[in-house]
Amino acid sequence: MKTRVPAVEGMFTMDDEPHLIGGKVPGRDTYFFPKHVAGGDPAALGAELEEVLLSRRGKVWSYTSSDYTPPPPFVANTDPYEPITVAAVELEKEQMVILGQCVQGITPDDLTIGTEVELVVDTLYEDDENEYVVWKWKPVEESN
Amino acid sequence: MEEIAILGVGMHPWGKWGRNFVDYGSLAAREALDDAGVDWNDVGFVSGAITVRCGYPGYVAGSTFAQALGFNGAQVASSYAACASGATALQVARGQILSGATDVALIIGADTTPKGFLAPNEGDRPDDMDWLRFKLVGATNPVYFGLQARRRMDLYGATTDDFARVKVKNSRHSVHNPRARFTKEYDIDDVNNSPVVSDPLRLLDICATSDGGAAIVVSSMEYAKAHGHADPVRVAGISTVTPTFPDTVIDLPYIATDSAGATSRPDRGFKQSIGDRVYAEAGLGPDDVDVAEVYDLSSALELDWYEQLGFCAEGEAEKLLNDGVTTIGGRLPVNPSGGLGAFGEAVPAQAIAQVCELTWQLRGQAEGRQVEGASVGVTANQGLFGHGSSVLVCK
Repeated sequence: MKTRVPAVEGMFTMDDEPHLIGGKVPGRDTYFFPKHVAGGDPAALGAELEEVLLSRRGKVWSYTSSDYTPPPPFVANTDPYEPITVAAVELEKEQMVILGQCVQGITPDDLTIGTEVELVVDTLYEDDENEYVVWKWKPVEESN
Repeated sequence: MEEIAILGVGMHPWGKWGRNFVDYGSLAAREALDDAGVDWNDVGFVSGAITVRCGYPGYVAGSTFAQALGFNGAQVASSYAACASGATALQVARGQILSGATDVALIIGADTTPKGFLAPNEGDRPDDMDWLRFKLVGATNPVYFGLQARRRMDLYGATTDDFARVKVKNSRHSVHNPRARFTKEYDIDDVNNSPVVSDPLRLLDICATSDGGAAIVVSSMEYAKAHGHADPVRVAGISTVTPTFPDTVIDLPYIATDSAGATSRPDRGFKQSIGDRVYAEAGLGPDDVDVAEVYDLSSALELDWYEQLGFCAEGEAEKLLNDGVTTIGGRLPVNPSGGLGAFGEAVPAQAIAQVCELTWQLRGQAEGRQVEGASVGVTANQGLFGHGSSVLVCK
């Protein structure tokens, strides 16, 4: 059994309902992601950001694919490479857009602008010991 | 804003020559000096646009070109602003001239670009946004172009045929440009039959990476007049603005936008603010522009610039294109050089090359691709990490 480890530490939680870990200006609804390389809010110069969990659902703002293998440091999870789908997702509460891969099997044909998606943690790539994971966007299935 | 004169321009042809970038920059510089009729020893300031991929920044600098030409004791500075580096180098040179520190300056940018995707340097750097986007998302540059193109389709009803027609137009322009790398004329089917790179964009929608070099000699207006340049092309505005918070349009190399949770979005977005600044400096507006060179990293991005530079209202760029307005012979030709689609990116040279083309256009020297009677030209460009770039020239 391989160990599941985050591809980069400290950017997302790994529980059943995972969240991205963002930064927030105390007392203001200004958010940043990722927290460890956040920008600044000019109305709160020098503010020490507090750590917050960002909304785990949002709506697709735009989407595309990478049909050619991206160069390193990207590591392809399949050989031969299968095109990945990338979505930019708008979080309503935070009023910001966050990029991420979509889960495997989702193609651009499965998305439209406005599609509701949720955050999951999924395989980015593997080596002999570890499964390296990252956040990905997954369309929310309609529950009737 | 006080103006400076463009005395000379020079350009090494774009291609995949595989030589040291210094060769390209030196050739362009000698051509610009010849064109200006200025002796290298009279250049008081050398402003280099930096490339980082082929060496460390201190090495790939203004002084490298100065040494290649033969050190002449000029003052030197080097600028890095990704694709906007050339405009920043011009900005630095203008400051030197208008402050009276020097009369004549030489701006140079050149690059040797590896094949394939532009990518970050090797190493494990989780605190580098440019590294994170490749590592965690696989977000190459074309991924961002694809997001923008899809957004245009959704917001304005643009089609992939519209995008292809940008490439068709620019390829037709490039046939007459001896310095362009690609001079083949393409039709819509060629574009639509090329492989998808980042949906909805195809290979022929996206610019390549190239080797190339460009240079400009600029001076004070007084120096120009005293040295036989009675009516030179003038730089009337330079914009190197950064975005205004919150910038909520996802852009290279970020994996998230600013948040508009506490501060509402500014009335004018980042790319619009690039043009606003250059028009304000020049005291001119979009209606005054006769010709433009804009950064068509992808065909769809060229359409955005029509709107962001004020050539038409939002959502009307496809109409402007399809009505032939932006083709040579139309009211406002865009990318008569053939644009990046015909050149490919040679990052530190690109913003300088745009000014070279407009200089030839305004002088009436753009043989085979001349925009008749052009007297005002504007460039637009953007460097990753929030570097605006626009230059307005007039004659």
